[in-house]
Amino acid sequence: MNFELTDDQRLLRDTVRDFLEAEVAPHVEHFEKAGTLPREILTRLWSELGLGGMVIPEEYGGIDLDAVGYCLVIEEMARVWAALSITVAVHNSVGAGPIVQFGNEAQKKKYLPKLATEWIGAFSLSEPVSGSDAAALRTTAVKDGSHYVLNGEKNWVTTGGFADTYVVMARTAPDKQKGISAFIIEKGTPGLSLTKTEEKMGLKASETRSLVFQDCRVPAENLLAEEGMGLKIALTLLNSGRFGVAAQSIGIARAALEASIKYARERETFGKPIGQHQAVGFMLADMHTKLEASRALAWRAAWLKSAGKPFAREASMAKLFASEASTFITHRAIQIHGGYGYVRDYPVERYYRDARVTEIYEGTSEIQRMVIATGLLKEAGA
Amino acid sequence: MDFSLTDDERLIQDTARQIAREVIRPRAAETDATSTFPHENVKQLAELGFMGMMVAEEFGGAGLSTMAYALAIEEISAACASTGVIMSVNNSLVCHPLEKFGTADQKARYLSKLATGEWLGAYCLSEPDTGSDAARQKTIAVKKGDRYVLNGTKNFITNGQVADLYVVYCMTDAAAGHRGISSFLVEAKTKGLERGAKEKTMGIRGSSTCQIILTDCEIPAENLLGTEGEGFKVALNTLDGGRIGIASQALGIGAACLHDSTRYANERHAFGEAIGQFQAIQWMIADMATELDAARLLTWQAACAKDAGRRYTMEASVAKAFASRMAVMNADRAVQVHGGYGYLQDYAVERYYRDAKVTEIYEGTTEIQKHIIATGLLKS
Repeated sequence: MNFELTDDQRLLRDTVRDFLEAEVAPHVEHFEKAGTLPREILTRLWSELGLGGMVIPEEYGGIDLDAVGYCLVIEEMARVWAALSITVAVHNSVGAGPIVQFGNEAQKKKYLPKLATEWIGAFSLSEPVSGSDAAALRTTAVKDGSHYVLNGEKNWVTTGGFADTYVVMARTAPDKQKGISAFIIEKGTPGLSLTKTEEKMGLKASETRSLVFQDCRVPAENLLAEEGMGLKIALTLLNSGRFGVAAQSIGIARAALEASIKYARERETFGKPIGQHQAVGFMLADMHTKLEASRALAWRAAWLKSAGKPFAREASMAKLFASEASTFITHRAIQIHGGYGYVRDYPVERYYRDARVTEIYEGTSEIQRMVIATGLLKEAGA
Repeated sequence: MDFSLTDDERLIQDTARQIAREVIRPRAAETDATSTFPHENVKQLAELGFMGMMVAEEFGGAGLSTMAYALAIEEISAACASTGVIMSVNNSLVCHPLEKFGTADQKARYLSKLATGEWLGAYCLSEPDTGSDAARQKTIAVKKGDRYVLNGTKNFITNGQVADLYVVYCMTDAAAGHRGISSFLVEAKTKGLERGAKEKTMGIRGSSTCQIILTDCEIPAENLLGTEGEGFKVALNTLDGGRIGIASQALGIGAACLHDSTRYANERHAFGEAIGQFQAIQWMIADMATELDAARLLTWQAACAKDAGRRYTMEASVAKAFASRMAVMNADRAVQVHGGYGYLQDYAVERYYRDAKVTEIYEGTTEIQKHIIATGLLKS
C-alpha cells in the first residue's frame, strides 16, 4: 500500500498546473460569461502538452498516460476551469478511447494521429428518450451496400459544435442489448446536422448540442468492431470514463475549498477571522475530509485500471462519492462566502453550478448505486 | 502508488480473519450480554503477537507495520468491537508511548510483558471534568524525594478493571498549563490505586471500562514516562496513533454491518422478491460499501504516512472522523435493512449499532478531529 505519486506523476501534475495557471486561468471568467471555449486553447493543450493524446499509444502520436496520470491532469484542469476539463476528458476518454480500444488498424491510422494533435472527438449515446437506460436508444443504422444509413436524434453531445469526429451509437438490429453498433462519423457528413445548443446551469463554455441524422450515409468501414458491439463499447468506455468524472469533481471541489480557506482567513466577524468560528472551521474540516476520501477512491480505481485489474465497481464508487462530495463541498463554499458566494464576483458561484452535473453525466448517481449494490448482492449469496 | 496489500499484510489479514471467525465471533454476543472482559480472546491474540504488533522484536513485539496493525484491528473488530478496542488500547496507547518515550529500564521492566500480552495496559487521560479539554488535568503528582505522590480520579478507562499497568497523566506544575503535565507508569498493585465500579456502557461492554481513583498513590520517580512537563506531548503523540486504531475498529464494525446486510437482503423476501431487489435497500447497501471503502482508504493513508515516518496528525484525524461516522451510518442502515429483527439482540446488528457510537467519542471526539483539521487547513 502506497499513496505517493511518483516523480513523473508529480512533474506531469505540476507542468499542467503551471500552464493552466499562467495561460488559461486569467481568461476563464471572460469565456464563461461569453459561453465560449476557444478552439485555440485546445490546440495549444494538444500541441504544447500532448493532452489530445492522453489515451493514444505513442505509435499513433499520443502520450499514452496511465489512468492515474489521466486523473491528475483532469483534476488540475477542473480546478481551473471545469468546462475545459470536461471538453478534454470527453475528447480523450470517449472521443479517442473507443478507437484506441476497439478500432481496427486502418481506423487507428486514419483517426488517432489527427485526434492526438489537432482534431477534437465527441461521443453520442444519449437520446431524448434514452439516458440511463442506454439500450433503449432508437437511432437506426441500416446497411445499404458499402454504407450504413443513419436516422434519428441524439442529445447531450458534449463539444458537439466543434468536434471533428463523433463516435455514435445506433441500432442495427431489434435486439435491445445486442442490436446496437458504434460508428465513427466525421464532421460535415451529409445528413448530419447540429441542432439545439443547450442552455445549461453550469459548464457554460462547454458547448452541448443535439445531433440529427437524416439519411446520413456513413462508409461501412467506419463501423467500430462488429455489428452489435455498440453497447459493450459504450459501457466499457463509460466505465473508464467514470474516474475521469471523479477527478473532475475533485478538481472543482478543491478549487472551492482553496477559495473558502482563503476567504475564511480574510473575512472577519465578531472580532476574528470567520475560520476561527467553529461553525466555519468545521465546514472546512468536512470539506477537506470528503475531498481526501474522494481522491483516495479515484486514485484507487485509476490504479486498478493501470495495473490491469478489475475496476468497474471501484470506478462507480469513486464517481458516486466524488460527485456527491463535490456538490456538498461547493455548497459549503457558498455558505462560507455568504452573500459574496451568491454573486459572480467570486468564483465559488460557478463552482457550485459546475459541480452539479457531475452527479448526472457518465452514469447518474442512481446508476452507480445500482452497479455497486447488484454486484455486492450477487457476491454475498444467501 | 500501489493499492495492493503486500504478502505479509495479507498474511496478517488472513490470520486475523481466521481467529476472528473461529474464536472471537462465536463469543461476541455472550461478551456483550454479560459485560464480561474477554480474557480468553486476549490470551489467544497474545499468542499471535497481536498485543504488541508494532513493538520491536527485541522487546517481545511482532515488529510489524502500522498498516498490518490496521488490518488486524479491522478483522478483530468486525467480530467483536470490545476485543478490538482492548487490543487497540494496549498496542497504541500503552506499548507505543512506552517504546517511544520510555527509558531502557522502563522498557526492560514493562514493555515485553505488555507486548507479549502477559500484562495488559490502560491509558488514563480523561477525568470526570476533563475530556476533550485534556490540558485541564486535575489529577496531581507531587515529587517527594525519590517518589511521586498521585492524587485524583481518572474516567472512562478502557481495560480499567483488568489492567496490570496504567499510563497516567497528572499535573506536576499547575501554573504551566499544558506544559505542566507529566505522564507516569503506575502498576495496578500500587497502594492507593483503586478501581471504580464498571461503567454501564451502551456498547463495547466487554471493555471493562471504569474509573481509576488515585489516593496518595506513591510511585517510584523512575516511573516518570518522558520528562516532567512532557506529558501533553506524549498524550498527543500517542493519540495520533490511537486514532488509526479506532478508525480501524470503526472499519471492522462498518464492514460487519455491510456483510450482514447483504446476506439478509438476499434471504428476506417481501412483495414477492428478495428485499435486495428493491432500490430502497440497494441504495443503502451501495452507500454502506462506498463509505466503507472510502474510510478504509483514509485509514490506510494515515497508516502509510505513519509507517513512512512522516507527520500524520491531519491524516489520522481525517480517518478517525470519517471512519467513525461511517460506522455509525452503516450500523443505522444495517438495523434498517433488518427491520424489526435489527432491533432484537438475536441479530448482531443490534450490537453493532450500540458499539459503533463510541467510535465518534473516544480518543478524540469528532469535534476535536474537526478542530484539528480546521486548524491545520487555516495554518497551511
